[in-house]
Amino acid sequence: MGDSAEEIRHHIKGYFLVYLALMVLTGVTVGVSYFHLAIHWAVLVAFIVAAVKGGLVAAIFMHLNNEKKIIYWILILTAVLAVGFIIPVLMDVEISAYTQRHIPQ
Amino acid sequence: MSSAHGEIHAHGDGHAHEEGFWRKYIFSTDHKVIGIQYGLAAMAFLLLGFGLMLLMRWQIAFPGIQIPLIGKALTQDGVLSPELYNQFGAMHGTIMVFLGVVPMAVGAFGNYMLPLQIGAQDMAFPKLNMASFWVNFVGGLIMLGSFLMPGGAPQSGWTSYPPLANIAPPSQTAWLIGMVFLITSSLLGSVNFIVTAIQLRAPGLSFFRLPFFVWTQLVTAFLLLLAFPPLEAAGVLQLMDRVAGTSFFMPSGLVVSGEILSNAGGGNPLLWQHLFWFLAHPEVYVLILPAMGIVGEIIVTNTRKPMYGYNTAVYAIIFLGFMSFIVWAHHMFMTGMGTAISSFFQATTMIISIPSVIILTIFLLTLWGASIRYTVPMLFALAFLPMFAIGGLTGLPLGLTASDIYLHDTYYVIGHFHYVVSPGTLLALMGGFYHWFPKITGKMFNQTLGKLHFWGTFIGMNGIFGPMLLVGMAGVSRRLYDASIYQAAKSVQPLNVVMTYSSWFLAAAQILFLVNLFISLRKPKTPAAENPWESTTLEWTAPTPPLPHQNFPVPPHVYRGPYEYNTTSREFAPQALQEV
Amino acid sequence: MSVVIPYVSKPHPVTGVTNAKLGIWLFLASEVMLFGALFSSLIVLRVGSTDWPVGSTILNVPLAFVNTIILITSSLTMVMAWASLKLNNLGKYKMYMGLTILLSFAFLVVKYFEYSAKIHHGLSPATSNFLGIYFTMTGLHGLHIIGGIVVNAYLWIPGAKMWHSDPERFTGRVEVAGLYWHFVDLVWIFLFPTLYLL
Repeated sequence: MGDSAEEIRHHIKGYFLVYLALMVLTGVTVGVSYFHLAIHWAVLVAFIVAAVKGGLVAAIFMHLNNEKKIIYWILILTAVLAVGFIIPVLMDVEISAYTQRHIPQ
Repeated sequence: MSSAHGEIHAHGDGHAHEEGFWRKYIFSTDHKVIGIQYGLAAMAFLLLGFGLMLLMRWQIAFPGIQIPLIGKALTQDGVLSPELYNQFGAMHGTIMVFLGVVPMAVGAFGNYMLPLQIGAQDMAFPKLNMASFWVNFVGGLIMLGSFLMPGGAPQSGWTSYPPLANIAPPSQTAWLIGMVFLITSSLLGSVNFIVTAIQLRAPGLSFFRLPFFVWTQLVTAFLLLLAFPPLEAAGVLQLMDRVAGTSFFMPSGLVVSGEILSNAGGGNPLLWQHLFWFLAHPEVYVLILPAMGIVGEIIVTNTRKPMYGYNTAVYAIIFLGFMSFIVWAHHMFMTGMGTAISSFFQATTMIISIPSVIILTIFLLTLWGASIRYTVPMLFALAFLPMFAIGGLTGLPLGLTASDIYLHDTYYVIGHFHYVVSPGTLLALMGGFYHWFPKITGKMFNQTLGKLHFWGTFIGMNGIFGPMLLVGMAGVSRRLYDASIYQAAKSVQPLNVVMTYSSWFLAAAQILFLVNLFISLRKPKTPAAENPWESTTLEWTAPTPPLPHQNFPVPPHVYRGPYEYNTTSREFAPQALQEV
Repeated sequence: MSVVIPYVSKPHPVTGVTNAKLGIWLFLASEVMLFGALFSSLIVLRVGSTDWPVGSTILNVPLAFVNTIILITSSLTMVMAWASLKLNNLGKYKMYMGLTILLSFAFLVVKYFEYSAKIHHGLSPATSNFLGIYFTMTGLHGLHIIGGIVVNAYLWIPGAKMWHSDPERFTGRVEVAGLYWHFVDLVWIFLFPTLYLL
């Protein structure tokens, strides 16, 4: 890939630092769960922590912080489509008579 | 720019010449062999799906009457039973879409022509290509095998809706497993197509010099890549429902045959519909896009003019591909989604008709003022235009929620989508077959038989699907074993007879095609087959047929756009020709 | 075979990536759609349900916490395996790749204990949709782990011969396998809190 040995060693420092951060964040996410937050706060915190962890894995371990444009475009398209799927589906669940909690017991 | 590792070894390292029968014809990594494998398999499945339809159409037109010749082989009294009718209906759809048209349009035509049209030696991942075919083949075998399972073949439509599909006989599990194989094959193939089209273009072949066919294959590959996984997820969930007793799609308290089901419940049948249609709508664009690509190639070649508005056509295809991901719930207007969601999908569905119209208009404008060569491929390509127009126009009342209330689940829907796929895509594929047959085989086909095949097919298809629209408008529901018992259907029952006769006429026309194929293959090779249409794109400069594993003796360099007909001092300027 | 496909080892001058790199990211995009659809299904079932349990009351959080550590560590060893090759150190590569495979097996073993404990207590996918989606998603994730083990094992021993004939191409292969492996880790990073902690 053209990286010099010096650059690789620099990257390796980064890998171990990120690893440490991931360990800490994993502890955080488990620890927070013991506070039994209200569900919407719990979801928000869990999602943010997971997003940070995931972001670190993607950016540093998967080298996305320094990738080529074509890869970025593919991922952006994918993200748009994934979000584009879930939004209408969730809206439908809210209103649909077939959703379990809308079915008279 | 293939120079870095581009020393093309004209005579391999000994191995290429010594390929045994198995390596050369069965487990080949050559995209051309794989393309032909896909083509032969797809043709067999298309004929099978056609046969299922012929049997169903007998029952529709002559309910309760014994099927001649083979009826007794199917049932005791020779009359198609309701169960068998449902099985044939479900498998006709499944086979035609997933084992017939897509493998033909993408696996056969795409595999064979894409590397050639971009001047590449092969796909980016030849072994993966081979794997894709064999995974597809296994999926096909599983689907075929399902006919022999206890309880009969899958019979929950090609759509496998729960709760019905969840409680269906064992073959539904086979259908789901078969789909997993077919989806996997598709995913592997689409990765191959995208990487090949992006990375392996010949030097000088920028994106906006690509043949329109390559663009349609590239967008199609993205559709397959990103739309299929949710159906794979749904398939896994339904498999778990059927095999492991989960209730992902089963609401609580469901009563089947008078008994409450004992599963945990809490599931949502609409979840399946959302996951299914998220794929199945882009899937129909997978069915049409390669056809548009082929029609584009044939029209330009036979009008001796560049494509009118090539750039616009490319943008239209890209926009069409993207939009196809956000219209899916127009298949679900009748499920109670509410006006907000329905309005959204109605709007996107209306918008998506625009790029299709743009492309049709571009084709028409290309014809305008042209000196048209009425070759056999051109007949098919020309017919595609009004046929696809009818298919598209009949889609509008379905995409508008108000009229869809009446038309949903009637024969109008079947007429609509068959117009697009049958006189649409299939005509285009047939045209493509005649267009590229000379390059693939080095032989010319019989022109008279080709023309007869065209007219018979064109008339037969319209004879089936034209009246079908009327039957639907009369309010006759689809998937009925015997609609004639209903008052609304009685008045249009004669149309069903017309349709059935047309289907036999259509069958007869296909016999002409098979005869033509057989006798033309037995003819000797002729130099007239090198580039009989005087076409400009790269595949025509390859040897006839292109070299195994290599295609071009020397990698071509591209000097101009794809359709330079009568734009330079020459009547046509091939892309790879240096001096003009 | 006389085919010579370009951009197998060297990147394409315009896109800047090798064929395999582009290919794996496309494949991962499809995997995002696959797991995204399953996450969506989970959310749909949960939002629509009347009695969705809190994960920690049914599932074994400490065990899954350990597994999370194991998997993240394997991601580190995987990227270190690739970095070792970039530093021309085949020995270190073998060590790190071996560790990755070992950790992967450890993950599966822990999973096995988790599953068998559930079954032993009469909790199966059919018991409830929560358990259904738990078994299905972790099961599919587990299948992806197995796939990764197969690829990594191949690259560890038989495939490593390529280091001597075409080191650049082999390093590319390890990088691409690493991208897949990190993705599997990524899925778990989201799956773990969703199922176990919420």
